[in-house]
Formats: sequence, C-alpha cells, structure tokens
Amino acid sequence: MGSLQVPRSRLATVCRGFVLGLSCLALSACGGVLDPLGPVGAGDAAILINATAVMLAIVIPTIALAFWVAWRYRASNSKAEYLPYWSYSGRIEAVVWSIPILTIMFLGGLIWIGSYQLDPFRPLQSKTATLEVQVVSLDWKWLFIYPQQGIATVNQLVMPADTPVHFSITSASVFNVFFVPRLGSMIYAMPGMVSQLYLKADNPGELWGISAQFSGDGFSDMQFQVKSLPAAEFGEWVTSVRGAGSVLDQAAYAALKQQTQGIPPATYRAVDPQLFQAVASQKIPPGPGPEPETPQHAGREVSSGGKD
Amino acid sequence: MFGKLSLSAIPFSQPIPLITSAVVILIGIAVLVLITVKGWWPYLWREWITSVDHKRIGIMYCLLGVVMLIRGFADAIMMRTQQAIAINAPGYLPPEHYNQIFTAHGTIMILFGAMPLVLGFMNFLVPLQLGVRDVAFPTFNSVGFWLTASGALLVNVSLFVGEFARTGWLPYPPLSEITYTPGVGVDYYLWAVQISGVGTLITGINIVTTVLKMRCRGMSYLRMPVFCWTALASCLLIVATFPILTATLAMLTLDRYLGWHYFTNTAGGNPMMFVNLVWAWGHPEVYILVLPAFGIFSEVFSTFSGKPLFGYRSMVAATLFICVVSMMVWLHHFFTMGAGAAVNTFFGISSSIIAVGTGVKIYNWIFTMYGGRVRFEAPMLWSMGFIFTFIIGGLTGVLLAIPPADFLTHNSMFLVAHFHNVIVGGVVFGLFAGLEFWFPKAFGFRLHQGWGKAAFWLAFIGFWVTFTPLYVLGLLGMTRRLQHINIPEWSPWLYVSVVGVGILALGVVAQATQLVVSIRDREKLRDLTGDPWDGRSLEWATPSPPPFFNFAVTPNVEGEEAYWGIKLRAVESQQLSPEPKYEAIEMPMNSPVGIYTAFFAFVFGFAMIWYIWWLAIVAFAAAFAGFVAFAWRDVHEFVVPAEEVARAERARRAAREALLGRLSQQGVLP
Repeated sequence: MGSLQVPRSRLATVCRGFVLGLSCLALSACGGVLDPLGPVGAGDAAILINATAVMLAIVIPTIALAFWVAWRYRASNSKAEYLPYWSYSGRIEAVVWSIPILTIMFLGGLIWIGSYQLDPFRPLQSKTATLEVQVVSLDWKWLFIYPQQGIATVNQLVMPADTPVHFSITSASVFNVFFVPRLGSMIYAMPGMVSQLYLKADNPGELWGISAQFSGDGFSDMQFQVKSLPAAEFGEWVTSVRGAGSVLDQAAYAALKQQTQGIPPATYRAVDPQLFQAVASQKIPPGPGPEPETPQHAGREVSSGGKD
Repeated sequence: MFGKLSLSAIPFSQPIPLITSAVVILIGIAVLVLITVKGWWPYLWREWITSVDHKRIGIMYCLLGVVMLIRGFADAIMMRTQQAIAINAPGYLPPEHYNQIFTAHGTIMILFGAMPLVLGFMNFLVPLQLGVRDVAFPTFNSVGFWLTASGALLVNVSLFVGEFARTGWLPYPPLSEITYTPGVGVDYYLWAVQISGVGTLITGINIVTTVLKMRCRGMSYLRMPVFCWTALASCLLIVATFPILTATLAMLTLDRYLGWHYFTNTAGGNPMMFVNLVWAWGHPEVYILVLPAFGIFSEVFSTFSGKPLFGYRSMVAATLFICVVSMMVWLHHFFTMGAGAAVNTFFGISSSIIAVGTGVKIYNWIFTMYGGRVRFEAPMLWSMGFIFTFIIGGLTGVLLAIPPADFLTHNSMFLVAHFHNVIVGGVVFGLFAGLEFWFPKAFGFRLHQGWGKAAFWLAFIGFWVTFTPLYVLGLLGMTRRLQHINIPEWSPWLYVSVVGVGILALGVVAQATQLVVSIRDREKLRDLTGDPWDGRSLEWATPSPPPFFNFAVTPNVEGEEAYWGIKLRAVESQQLSPEPKYEAIEMPMNSPVGIYTAFFAFVFGFAMIWYIWWLAIVAFAAAFAGFVAFAWRDVHEFVVPAEEVARAERARRAAREALLGRLSQQGVLP
C-alpha cells in the first residue's frame, strides 16, 4: 500500500518540508500518528501530510494577501487609492471561484483514491499468512481472542511483526473505537455488528492502543498494551500463554463483562471457540451496565463500576 | 407524589456543584430583592417580559446567550485544569462529575450560548434592515424566546437537583439508553433540548416568513443586505433540520421512558440510526450558527472599508450553496464506522466542496477591503482575527473530510481543536464583532474601544495558546473526553493549554470591564446621530435606540445599500428628503402568553424528568390552555397616533440635520 502520487511542484515540496519539519519538532519525542510503524499508518499519514502541504500552498498566500490588503488600505494611508464604488470585477470573481474549486477537485481525487486504497476492510498483501484476532470491547476493557491459537488476552494485544493482522471487532456493551495510533486506521466497535480492520507492524516495538469513542465512567482507562514481536518470539509467547492461566468459558466471560475499570493485562490459556460469534450475534446478552438508581441517590448514578 | 424526586437528588457529597448552585441561587435572590425594592417589576413586565418588540426579544436572546457563554466557559476552565492535573493521577473531578462537565459544556455552548446569540442578532436586525416594523409573528416570537430560556433554565437546574447527562453533547445510544445511563441526566438533556428546540423552530419560521413576505417597498431580494440573506439561509436550515432533531430525541425518549427499541442494544434496536439522524441535524446546525456570523462579517468589512461588499451576488450564491450542500455531508462525522469506500468517498468530497463556498467568501471579504479606507475599530479587529483563525480551521476541516486522514484524527484532540477553531474563530468572533458593531444601535451609546481592543487581543492570543497544543496532542494520539491521562509525555502540551485558558479568562474580564466602563461613560459615548459607524444599511437610518415602531414612514428603497443611497442623496442636495405626512401606526400589543407558556413548559419538563406524572399532565394542560386563551383574544393591535409618530420622527430629523451638516462639510467620502 504505497503512498499516493502527488505532483512534486517546488512550492508543494517546500510546504511539505515545512509541515514535516514542524511536526517532527513536535512529535519526535514520542510516537503519534505521524510516526507510523506499519503500512496502513504510513499511508494515512502520507495523505494527511500531502493534503496539508497542498492546502498550505493556497492558504499561506491567502492569509498574506488578507493582511497585506488590510494594511495597504488602512484609513491613515493617504497614498493608497480610494475606490468607493468598486465592488465587482468579473475576472476577479472567476479567479475567486476557480482557486477553491481547483483545490477541491485535486483533493477530491485524493479522497477518492485514498478512500479505496486505505479502506479498513481491505486485506493487506503479504507473503506471510494473516493472523486472525477477534476484538470485543467491554465496560471498560478490551478482550482479544486469537481463534487460530485458541488463547485470549485482556488489555494486551501481542502480534507478530511483519505479519498482517485481521481484526474482527465488536462490542459487548456500548460504542467504542479500536485505535492503535502508530499502526494507523481506527474503527468503531459496535454491539451486534462486526467491523473489519487490517493492520500490520513492520518492526517489533512496544506500542499502546486506546478507545477513541467515549464509553462511560471507565473510558479513560480503556487503554491497552500493544507488543509487536519477531515471529519466533510470538510463537514462544503463544506457548507460554497456553501453559498457564485460566480458561475463558461462558462463566468466566459472564464475570468479565461486568463493569470494571483500570484492570491490568491478563491472559487466558484457552477460549471457547464459539465465544466471539455468540457475543457478536448477542446470543450472550450484552454487558449489564451500572446498578440501577436507588432512593439513596435519586436520579444520580453513583456506581462507576466494580470499584465503588 | 414526587416521582423519583427526593432530597437525596441534591449532590451534597460534591462540593463544586453544591457551592456553585448556592452562589447562583443567592445572586438570583439578591437580584429579585433588588428589583422588588426598587420597584422595577412593572417596568420589566411591561417593557421586556411581555414585550413582543423584535428588538427587545433580540436583546433578551443575546443576554441569555452571553450568560450561558460564561457558564460554558467555566466548564471549559474545569476541563482544561482537570486534564492538566490528572496525569497519572485522579485529579479533582471524579468521572461522574467530569463527564457531566464536558457534556454540559458542549450542550450549553452550542444550544444555549451561540444559538440564542445568533437568533438574537437575527431578531434584532432583520426587520430593521428590511425596513419593516416587526417580524411576521411577534407574539409567536416571544413564545420562542421564552421556551429557549426555559430549556436553558432546565439545564442549569440539573446542577443542583440530580445530575446532567454524562454521555457527550450528542447522547449516542446505547450509552444514553436507560440500561447504561439510568440517572436523570439524559432526561434533563432530552427535555431541555426539546423545549428550546421548539423555541428555535419558532424563530426559524418567523424569520423565513419575515424575509419572504415583509420587505419594505423596493427591497427586492437582490437589494437585501447580505446579513438578511444569511439569516434566511440559516433559518431555512432550522426549518429543515430541527424537526429531525426533535424526532430523533423523541425516539430516544420513547426508548428511555416506555422501553421501546429504536436505538437499544438488543431487540432489534439500531444505535447507528441515531448517529445518522442526529448528525443529519448536527452538521447543518454548524451552518445555522456560522452563516449569520458570515453575514455579520460582510456588514463589518463593508462598513469599515467604506465600500460596498465586493461580489454581492457571489456572496449570495455562496451562502445558498453552503445552505444546500451542508445537508449532504453528515456522514463525515463517522467515516470510522466502516461504511465502505464508496460512501466515504461521496461524503468526503461533498464535505470538502463546502470549502468552495467559504473560500469564495474569504476572497470577497479581502477584495472588499481592496481600494477601501480600512478603519481598525474593534469590530474590524475581530473580523481580521476571524479571517486568520477561520482559514486555519477550514484547512484542518478539509483534512478531517479526507477519510484516510480522519482514520487517524477522528474523535481526537485534533478534532476538538478543529471545531473550536471554526466555532470560536468563526461564530464567536463574529458574534463579538456584531456586539461591538450594533451595541450603539441597541442601547444608544458606543462601547469603550480601548477595552474592546484589549478584549480582542486577549481572546485571539488566548485562543491560539489554548488550541494549538490540542492539535499537537491529537497528532500524538490523544483522544477526547479523557478524565485522566495515562501518558505523561502529553503533559507539557496540556500545561500550555491551561495557560491559554488563563489568557482567555483575562479576555472575558476585559469584555466585562468594557461593559462596565461604557455604562459609566455612557454620556461621553452617546450616539446622537443614529449612524455612529458611517453605516450602509437601513438600521442606521433609525435613531439609536430605534423607536418601538422602527420607522415612522416605511422607507422606499431604490438600490442596493439602501441607507447609503439615502445618505448620498441628502449630501448632494444639501437637504433631507421632504417631510412626509405622518399617519397613525398599528402595532402589536404586549402579551404574557410567551412567559406563561414557557413557565408551564419548564414545569412540564421538570415533571417528566422526575416521573411526576400528575404534574406533567397539569402543566401541559395549563400551557395548552394559555394558547387557547390567546387564540380567543379579540384585540391584538393598538394604534400609535400620528402626533406621536410625528414627534419621534421630528426628533430624528433634527439629529439627521446635524449629521448632514457635518457630512456636507467633510464630504460623505473621506
């Protein structure tokens, strides 16, 4: 998934350098969306930066023009001519409409091509086989099921480097958004629906992911570790997970779907293979939400999960 | 008897809302006592509360909007400080309180701050600029205002009794369904927004009818000031989209109250449908706010450049273009729901096409200044600040309209920075420019220019110091609505943002000082001519403040920039137009039906929120009875005798003679 071709005019190059320079200054310290670790993030970021550069080529002269005109024709400047009735010029009108139209036509092409190339549902091309991961957002943690390996984790996503990963994403309570900033595209986790997302990490690394859709009191702690490991180490990790811990069956899942917040990463050595389908199709009912209000706190919720 | 309501609804354990509401209640009581002791009730009742004068209603709308902007700003201070403190720490606001704050901030700023101000400007200006004596439905107008005020009151009552919604300003189900949010917060939101939404719809209908049916003689569509065009476009959007909001919230209400399943998680409910519907209103809502602000800027650029607006017809076309296209872009709020490449492409392109309309407007404002004599008074400073801020906001907006770029920035602090960039830089700067510009028309004296300029610079600098760090944080992956922060690398940017909020707070202080100083020095700042800025549209033909009937004789317009033409002719012929024969005028009578209906609408909303069914029935019946009684009235207009009209008009002509003398000496063109 290469970046899009953008005309390499000198102005655009200068602008692109300017944007890159500014963003590097701000973002070099720690990883954000402009420091991608995989092809999807790189593609998204390239479009972000190229589009900014194209627009700055229009915007900077426009702002300069605005301030120059305002200053040149200030009331105290008697040298500037005064044209009290000048309010129409067909040629200027034509230019005024053309500049934004041409810019938007160009960006429209970028939007069109980019939307198809970087559609989250589109599989990634790779020599290595794609890893399947099923993702369930719960109140307020993330459950990752590895159907091919038969294991599961909570708030911890481990993936092999240089291997495409296919995420099937659903929610067992309210809306959330699955987002690993340095890997790229985010997508909603929605109850009763399964979203698809293909991501890949080019290199090993320690990353993090978050929910990008507010989901209630425990939302701030819906953060999860993301580890990209060399393929061999990933195999060792799977083996170690299989060797210890508990089993994620329906009973364990029923406990897991209660509201909790800020819980540390955990692993399950085995998982019910039907679990994800049962959650996504709501055969297993969604999470229960907070305790109902009581006369002790009329109209106000005081429960913020299991901690209270 | 009292439904769910009991003393435990008052948040005794939370000091911040408790102390705040205690202070507000005390101030409220103090004001009421002062009014009673001074004996101001009859005046307030007669001249304001029951007034159906569009100017009075407009001023009350603006007052409501300003008070609510301050309330919303207090929420903003709490949010920014909480995030700066709560880095690997819980901070001082627990989630159940913090979540209410950001919900209230959004709801109040958009629906009870910016909206009333925009509606207030339209009410005040449209009849004056069209050369007519009132809006199409004056009493209806009063009902609309008071319903909006009821909604605002309900939101603020939630601070003290119960809680406000903790779901974000658009309560997405399933989170906002009874299962996941059982408290009364969402119910407060629903009834407050529904009641004020009816008020907004009423104003929308009113302004559309006024513009389409009530222009003075000679005021053809293409002679209307651009502000009237933007008001028309904005109100067309209100009429087209507020019913969508009403229906959507009604469905959510049925889910919550009767256990229906429009948007529930289970039993076939479809929460995505809510998201679609609410943004089908929500995106046009942005243009409902910003189009009238564009109208204000158009008036300001033209007046302070001493030139007609450049490309008037282009401006009208761009306004209507934005009006139509704004209803076809809503899906860009959720590109990340995975609608597929074709759908994302369509909505990405349609969203960025809006930038054509706004781009044209920006260039037209620049060319309005070209060849002008630009006076940098406070309204003009806000307008120049707007040009800079809004262009950058537009740039980041187009970025968010590009689906792959949105996949990285959706719901992030980058988005937060973007929409503040356009709403503060576009709408709020426009409203402040307008307040400076039309304040003398409304109250008869100018605002102090020094404090006005200080307020601008503080707001402008404060804005950029607050929101530039949020752009960076968004690119660092920080999402919005976090109650505490787990990534300490973000902290420097959060600290800078707090400094920015501090500067903005100084700006608010400067605005308040400006008002106090101006009232103190009002005799020095008095506008005797009615035309303090060398204006160009008809409102400047009236005295400041205008008489309740606006025009003794409705004008006859003979070209664009109606008042500018009258002024030029007077200067050329060295005399005012010949004195006409004055006739008696019929004006609508005051009516208490507005505040009566709104009071019972408030009681109805409160009763529904707390499940006090008998009270809800009583209040609804009482509100309805008010309407019926009003419909039965026989006399609804009173006659202003010709002598009174003549007296007011002669005073105006005397002031105009003085202005004419001065203009003849210095020439109408500087």
